[in-house]
Amino acid sequence: MAEIVTKSMAKGLYYGGSLFFILVFLGLTFHTISLAIPTRDHRDQLNPAVVAGKLVWEKYDCIGCHTLIGEGAYFAPELGNVYKRRGGEFVKAWIQGQPTHVTGRRQMPQLNLTEEELNDLVEFLKWSSEVNTENWPPNVEG
Amino acid sequence: MKYSSQAVAKPYFIAAIALFVGQIVFGLIMGLQYVIGDFLFPYLPFNIARLVHTNLLIVWILFGFMGAAYYLIPEEAERELYSPKLAIALFWAFLVTGVLTILGYLFISYAKLAEVTGNQFWPTMGREFLEQPLITKMGIVIVVLGFIFNLLMTVLQGRKTAINTVFLTGFIGLAALFLFAFYNPHNLVLDKFYWWWVVHLWVEGTWELILGAMFAFVTLKLTGVDRDVVEKWLYLIVGTALMSGIIGIGHHYFWIGPPAYWQWWGSLFSAFEPIPFFLMILFAFYMVNHRRHQHPNQVATLWLLGTAVMSFLGAGVWGFLQTLAPVNYYTHGTQVTAAHGHLSFYGAYAMIVLTMISYAMPKLQGREANSNKAQVTEMWSFWLMTVSMVFITLFLTAAGIVQVYLQRATDTPLPYMTVQDKIAVFYWMREGAALIFTIGVVVYLISFFVDKKERVTT
Ligand code: HEC
Ligand code: HEM
Ligand code: HEM
Ligand SMILES: [Fe+2]
Repeated sequence: MAEIVTKSMAKGLYYGGSLFFILVFLGLTFHTISLAIPTRDHRDQLNPAVVAGKLVWEKYDCIGCHTLIGEGAYFAPELGNVYKRRGGEFVKAWIQGQPTHVTGRRQMPQLNLTEEELNDLVEFLKWSSEVNTENWPPNVEG
Repeated sequence: MKYSSQAVAKPYFIAAIALFVGQIVFGLIMGLQYVIGDFLFPYLPFNIARLVHTNLLIVWILFGFMGAAYYLIPEEAERELYSPKLAIALFWAFLVTGVLTILGYLFISYAKLAEVTGNQFWPTMGREFLEQPLITKMGIVIVVLGFIFNLLMTVLQGRKTAINTVFLTGFIGLAALFLFAFYNPHNLVLDKFYWWWVVHLWVEGTWELILGAMFAFVTLKLTGVDRDVVEKWLYLIVGTALMSGIIGIGHHYFWIGPPAYWQWWGSLFSAFEPIPFFLMILFAFYMVNHRRHQHPNQVATLWLLGTAVMSFLGAGVWGFLQTLAPVNYYTHGTQVTAAHGHLSFYGAYAMIVLTMISYAMPKLQGREANSNKAQVTEMWSFWLMTVSMVFITLFLTAAGIVQVYLQRATDTPLPYMTVQDKIAVFYWMREGAALIFTIGVVVYLISFFVDKKERVTT
């Protein structure tokens, strides 16, 4: 087997093959970003509240316990569809009511969000739940 | 050690090991929080323990890569490092930045940290693995650029080999892709799309070049086989890695907003991603069997073969397990993901760094290999850590499969928290295995202090 493939063939494969697939990837990226995603992410509804809500989401590191559309931490419920599962009012009340202090149960901290932050966050979670995710998650439990 | 400037590798390796120990401490805490939910609450919320765990992981691996570079690049380039002073200055800069950031996470709330570091002006925080404040991210960029400059100057004025060019290409790619950490679109779909350019194109792209180069270097040194043969294998490994891994990024684009055609591209290309890991196994065993000399550092050979096998299992097998779209639809973001994340990171990146340390550390202390007793101690730590990590993976996989059946692949799905209660037994077993892993880490530390006087030199 040592003789079938030579070092210069292997080198050519590395440089040529990589370059080729980088170009294909950039082509796919271009299509995805400029043609496909705009029809799927309902960006027309990306209002200032949604933008502010995303910053709230990031500032309090919700991703460190929760998943959002399946990405993040696996310690607490999926939140990409929590708006559909629970509704906006529940989410606000839930966050205000933390922690549960149930002994031994996983805890979510009291984050002391302002009313405005809560509203923005809910707008962000609503927007996130309406992205076209090819029907993921499989059911409302996330 | 052929060149005196290779000695700058030593503090990098020591820092890597120290941060690795810290990572495990936070892993153990989280493992307990999984089953005793209010453990250390509210002093150390789970998310803080998690980001300390994962950030320490990334930083210690980077320290390991850099130490490896300072050791192998001069030797490959056949000249002294361009500037050992710069290397030491960057070491302290990186360590201080890292430690201050960790202290920031632990002693002020995350929201406060975001505020005082000006996150509101240029938001980059609060995304998985990229939690660092903006100034820390900038510090990382400066350190990495200085590092690349130093090594580039060394290689440009010295011998260029496949090993040092692939290594540097990997590091330049790593730095370039990290720039996407500074780009955080308001649109969550675009944010996620480019977030993977950092995360996936690191571990399944540029880091594989670094892994391959380190692997080839140690193989060359331990077996004494022909350089041309080693370099040919290196090209095959990194070539197949990039050809499958770049478009393989599609396995993350199934459900986060990009169009459905990624289900085909992602599944197809990532299905080939195990190939480079498989080639690494063939390469390692073939070379070790055809070695030209018996190197006295046996434990380094063990780490080398271990890296090949475990990275194939963790990245190749456990990655493949969940990479096809119809499977990923159910396993996405479950304990199955965590299982793969652990075995792949440990098997590929932790183990290659430990391999390099095992080979280079005795050399840096002026001997070919450690005494037999010290090597046997280190072998114990190898087996304790590696076998317990396999068990951690198996328990998490079991937890994940049950999770999928109760919560997703059913007509009567149960809520997340109900399911977590039902699979607690697997989390207890994971914590048990993690304790064994910790014992392995302690034995590893001890191995550095065994038989300090008796030394093998050849
Ligand atoms: C330290 C970990 C942690 C952090 C940080 C955290 N959460 Fe939670 N969260 C939890 C846990 C654990 C639960 C489930 C608790 C239970 O059921 O008793 C939960 C539950 C929820 C729920 C209810 C979900 C449902 O389906 O009933 C919502 C909504 C929520 N969190 C929103 C957030 C938001 C928004 C943030 C960020 C601002 C956040 N969480 C940050 C741990 C966390
Ligand atoms: C030995 C004790 C360890 C324990 C108990 C442990 C535990 C954990 C836990 C609980 C999480 C968070 C999972 C979640 O989001 O819910 C985590 C994440 C992670 N850990 Fe560990 N860990 C350990 C060691 C390691 C080691 C040795 C490595 C790698 C070398 C590692 C790499 C990771 C990675 C990459 C993640 C993120 C995973 C993902 O996002 O899917 N851990 N760990
Ligand atoms: C050494 C190489 C690798 C490392 C270090 C690695 C690490 C990881 C980590 C940490 C995650 C979790 C990311 C998150 O937190 O969201 C992940 C996810 C994933 N990996 Fe890997 N991986 C490697 C190679 C592979 C390979 C070769 C494949 C496929 C064959 C693969 C397939 C996947 C898939 C499909 C996911 C997404 C899981 C999900 O949907 O939740 N990985 N990987
Ligand atoms: Fe990936």
